Amino acid sequence: MGLKTPLYSSHIDAGGKMVDFGGWDMPINYGSQIEEHHQVRQGAGMFDVSHMTVVDVTGSDARAYLRKLLANDVAKLDDKPGKALYSGMLNQAGGVIDDLIVYNRAQGYRVVVNCATRDKDLEWMNQQAAGFDAVVREQPELAMIAVQGPQALDKCKQALTPAQATAVEGLKVFTGTPVEDWFIGRTGYTGEDGVEIMLPGDQAPALWQALLDAGVSPCGLGARDTLRLEAGMNLYGHEMDESVLPLAANMGWTIAWEPAEREFIGRPALEQARETGTEKLVGLVLKERGVLRAGQTVIIPGSEQTGIITSGTFSPTLGYSIAMARVPAAADTQALVEVRKKQLPVSIVKPNFVRHGQSLV
Amino acid sequence: MSEIRSELKYLPSHEWARVEEDGTVTIGITDHAQDSLGDVVYVETPEVGATVSAGEEAGVVESVKAASDIYSPISGEVIAVNEALEDEPEQVNSSPFDDGWFFKVKPTDLAELEDALDADGYKAAIEAED
Repeated sequence: MGLKTPLYSSHIDAGGKMVDFGGWDMPINYGSQIEEHHQVRQGAGMFDVSHMTVVDVTGSDARAYLRKLLANDVAKLDDKPGKALYSGMLNQAGGVIDDLIVYNRAQGYRVVVNCATRDKDLEWMNQQAAGFDAVVREQPELAMIAVQGPQALDKCKQALTPAQATAVEGLKVFTGTPVEDWFIGRTGYTGEDGVEIMLPGDQAPALWQALLDAGVSPCGLGARDTLRLEAGMNLYGHEMDESVLPLAANMGWTIAWEPAEREFIGRPALEQARETGTEKLVGLVLKERGVLRAGQTVIIPGSEQTGIITSGTFSPTLGYSIAMARVPAAADTQALVEVRKKQLPVSIVKPNFVRHGQSLV
Repeated sequence: MSEIRSELKYLPSHEWARVEEDGTVTIGITDHAQDSLGDVVYVETPEVGATVSAGEEAGVVESVKAASDIYSPISGEVIAVNEALEDEPEQVNSSPFDDGWFFKVKPTDLAELEDALDADGYKAAIEAED
């Protein structure tokens, strides 16, 4: 018996096929994962992401603490209420303990981390808070619903109170705002426009129902994975973990090297790796029949070293298989992948396949 | 609960076999199998004229989620494959026992199917799996 989000009954009512995900009973789909995927690319879909861990950081040293804790620099959020920042949280060796989003709120910072990494994240965050006037507090009573797709904002507004709808109206991309005890962010994990709404768990089923009534389709973790992969977004435990540097996970842009005197955790290791070079994360495209899967070996012509597929799937939007792979720096535009005893030719592209419904390949 | 048809024979690996009136055998995957796999995106069947052996690999079905080998419940020569699955693999999900069939075999020995499970045996097998 796994943990249940406040929306568990809503999933059962909607015909959700429940699976274990990081200890939580979550819907993998409500019938067809591909249909749900298309709903998000063409209309509006919603995901229960209440299993994710919300942590509020407060105290007079909250800013200084996060500037040490995170590879990206929360100073970028200064004087930008509601602004969000994506960052890795690294260990001393530069490996990724987790990736997260931090929002700048009036009361402090709100950090959203992954569910599978919750325990070690909280332990690390508390440990590193020593010596700072910073309080790290999980907010387990919050539910979170992501509404995503080209029609997400319009349909969402129909399901909200006038005050909430006005707040959504004024939200800039990658920014959040409080509305009474809710927090609404114009963020997501699909490559489409949309919002993520954090709200007290006891209010979540009513919002879910209102969104259903507004014509938003419930979508499971299956579609969430194919959507994020098409959008070239990393999944912790696949594209990166504690043994992978952000430089080898297409997260170089999330490392704030300036100001040079900011001593964030992992910085010396990253500076050294930047000199010596690392592997790189790329996208792969397989146009012939077959599906690329995580764990398959990537052979680079002319190189003794091989790479590995970190995530692979059939892309419902493109109609063929795509993948992300960590490969030697020498990899160019072509490679071979060992798929079921055969070596299939793939093209190497930027790890970014679909954005706002359009192919980037 | 997934559908199980009483007139079919089954393998524990979730293939079904149907003996047609002309003595040929049609093969596909079960409703339980398609439900576990999720949306099917590719089906690789053996070629017409190829020989398949009972209990041996005869193809692959790939869903968004996973790839799975197909085993033939019977030995013989492949006399037809379901070409419609090339463009509409989703028929495996919507109609696993009818439109979503995989291939047809002219069996060398129909008695081989006596080793396969009947509907009750297959039902017990998938209940034991869950």
